[in-house]
Amino acid sequence: MKNKKAETLEDAVSRIHDGATLLIGGFGQPGVPEVLIDGVCDLKRRDLTIVTNNAGTGHSGIARLFEEGCVAKLVCTFPWAKESFVFKELYDAGKIELEIVPQGTLAERMRTAGAGLGGFLTPTGVGTDLAIGKETMTVEGKDYVLEKPLHGDFALIKAYKVDPRGNLIYRKTGRNFNPIMAMAAGHTIVEVQEDVEIDDLDPEVIVTPGVFVDTYYVTGWYEIGKERNAS
Amino acid sequence: MSDEQTNLLTRQQIAARAAQDMEDGWLVNLGIGMPTMIPTFIPRERDVMFHSENGLIGMGPPPAEGEADQDLISAGKELVTMVPGGAYVHHTDSFAIARGGRLDCAVLGAFQVAANGDLCNWRLPNQTSGSVGGAMDIAAGSKRVFAMMTHTARDGAAKIVAERSYPLTAGGVVTRIFTDMAEISVTDAGLVLDAVAPGLTADDVQAATDAPLIMDSVGTIPIAA
Repeated sequence: MKNKKAETLEDAVSRIHDGATLLIGGFGQPGVPEVLIDGVCDLKRRDLTIVTNNAGTGHSGIARLFEEGCVAKLVCTFPWAKESFVFKELYDAGKIELEIVPQGTLAERMRTAGAGLGGFLTPTGVGTDLAIGKETMTVEGKDYVLEKPLHGDFALIKAYKVDPRGNLIYRKTGRNFNPIMAMAAGHTIVEVQEDVEIDDLDPEVIVTPGVFVDTYYVTGWYEIGKERNAS
Repeated sequence: MSDEQTNLLTRQQIAARAAQDMEDGWLVNLGIGMPTMIPTFIPRERDVMFHSENGLIGMGPPPAEGEADQDLISAGKELVTMVPGGAYVHHTDSFAIARGGRLDCAVLGAFQVAANGDLCNWRLPNQTSGSVGGAMDIAAGSKRVFAMMTHTARDGAAKIVAERSYPLTAGGVVTRIFTDMAEISVTDAGLVLDAVAPGLTADDVQAATDAPLIMDSVGTIPIAA
């Protein structure tokens, strides 16, 4: 069996290169792979494109990536939350590029990338600013915007449990974008609370099959959204 | 000014009125802000489930002291609970529910609503950028969209208008409007003034609205004592 388990954080993330596109899971704080993000910060990577729902909270997690100058571009749905002050400061200073995507469209663009499709037609955004420059089509009398697939070089996701095959289950609203991003990247890296033996996960309830997982790193439980010192 | 303001409904009173329109068996998405007050006012005998687009079907009230779970939040990023019979889904399933017509109703805040049901709630015209979140998907896909808002902006400008001047969220989707002054239905014939807050007249509401209101049968909004 291919060994997908990284024994150190550095092993888990060291293949991430400057200029890479990272799909990073999470909605609000649940499901954000904070440990992996800290690992990327420690590598001091530059010019990353980050695809994620929010523009960071406080100084931890994704906000730390911004604060340490790792990010050239953010693709997200909700940049202007008050807790995303680190991003706002960089954006206002012209130091970071922003693409805003409706949330369902962001998710589906990654799903189509993972599913080998060339895009999809959505009623979302028809006639709005976010459809400017995009092709529109009428199908069976209804208008749609053509949205294209969104691939990542890497997905950084968070799961609850993993087995040696890389099969994953998630916890509550920490699931969010994580299973979608796992499908859509060239290399998917998972931080996971707990690893279990083969057959400990019921095949009927596995959310992400291990075929979508390349590397996992076991973190144990931790309190989310706390600032941790750089290692 | 104080006289006028005493006749306006409170946020709780608007939420209580919108709650009365939530029917038994509905799955409902609530936007951030005022709409999140609605669940408290749903009549107990009605089975209404709440969808939160971050992957929660069957969102319950905030947790009791000591029972918060850091992995269980609403789309507004508040700690919440799940009701019995709920389900967790990932983001593409959550938005398949929204776009695929499985939401019976979405109750959303608005900057502007036009007479044709155009909803504007994601970006102000003087801003170069906004936070769209799930608003466009949910507004485009829900069977019904209720706008819940103050009747006028802080500067007194009408928010219900003949034609929108704000950036569009979704075209022609709003079916009903609940404000601190009135309840209005969006129909093919135009905006129908269904009811006004106690102490206000239909003319008061028309004066605060930049679109013609049909006033054939205007009731008074009942307010619980």
